[in-house]
Amino acid sequence: MAAHKHPNYMAIFWYLAILTVVEVGVVFLPFGKVVNGTLLCALALGKAALVAMYFMHLRFEARTLGMIAVTPLAIATLLVFVLLPDGFAVAKKTDDSKKVAPAATSKH
Amino acid sequence: MSQALTVHGAAIEPAESPLTPESWGKLGMWMFLAGDAVGFGTLLAGYGAMRATSADWPNPLEVLGINLTAAMTFLLICSSVTMVKALEWLGKGDRSRAKMFLAFTALGGAIFVGLQAYEWTHLIQRGLHINGNPWGATLFGTSFYIITGFHGLHVTAGVFYLLWAISVVSRRHDPRASYNFVEITGLYWHFVDLVWIMVFTFMYLL
Repeated sequence: MAAHKHPNYMAIFWYLAILTVVEVGVVFLPFGKVVNGTLLCALALGKAALVAMYFMHLRFEARTLGMIAVTPLAIATLLVFVLLPDGFAVAKKTDDSKKVAPAATSKH
Repeated sequence: MSQALTVHGAAIEPAESPLTPESWGKLGMWMFLAGDAVGFGTLLAGYGAMRATSADWPNPLEVLGINLTAAMTFLLICSSVTMVKALEWLGKGDRSRAKMFLAFTALGGAIFVGLQAYEWTHLIQRGLHINGNPWGATLFGTSFYIITGFHGLHVTAGVFYLLWAISVVSRRHDPRASYNFVEITGLYWHFVDLVWIMVFTFMYLL
């Protein structure tokens, strides 16, 4: 790492600061949950990429190291979809038991 | 991999890390961070799945507020800049400037933890507990304290790590001899910043 030139850290700082302001602004946009959510995820990924690429110098490292760094992100994304069916099943069960409960009490 | 130690002609260990020729420690830190990222990724994925399937999940924007946490985000970004500046000065052989920027970074981390303690105190007083939430799903409180707490613990550890780095820079005769150590410390610190960017988005803004 010592061999390469340090990037312009102040430029990266300003990009991150501006993106944070944009993020806070996006929250108040009237585009609905899906559009706002997508924009916020994209902005967060952009900021994270700037930190990893320039502050953590991943841009100047071996490509394999970058692949190691990105793998957890892929695992976490996959995990959301793995967990969702279970979550929906629990939610449905809770919902069903709420519907059954009043009927059961009315018998007594 | 330029060289390998050999015993009777059989390679037992490469003399330098193939991915990070500067030091094995750097590769070790990357491995640790990849594992830690899986930990945070799992927590955030679990949070997303719980929230998506909950009928009474409160709107974090209304309950938590973002003014303080936006300032905390900015503070961590600033501390990342002071961290890279410390490394830059160390590369130029300026020990005192490097130590000063490391101290600024540690101070930023300490202020962050202080602000988080202030936020937690405020929320606890309003009734948000790890096992209770006055605005809906109980798991909201549980996940909030576990995820932000896990991150806060990382920041606290980072502050001590930075203080250790200052001590290493002070003790070594040639400032450049501590370059690798400080770079590895920086990797950890920037990772903490990176995770907060994700936590801020998923737990406060979305």
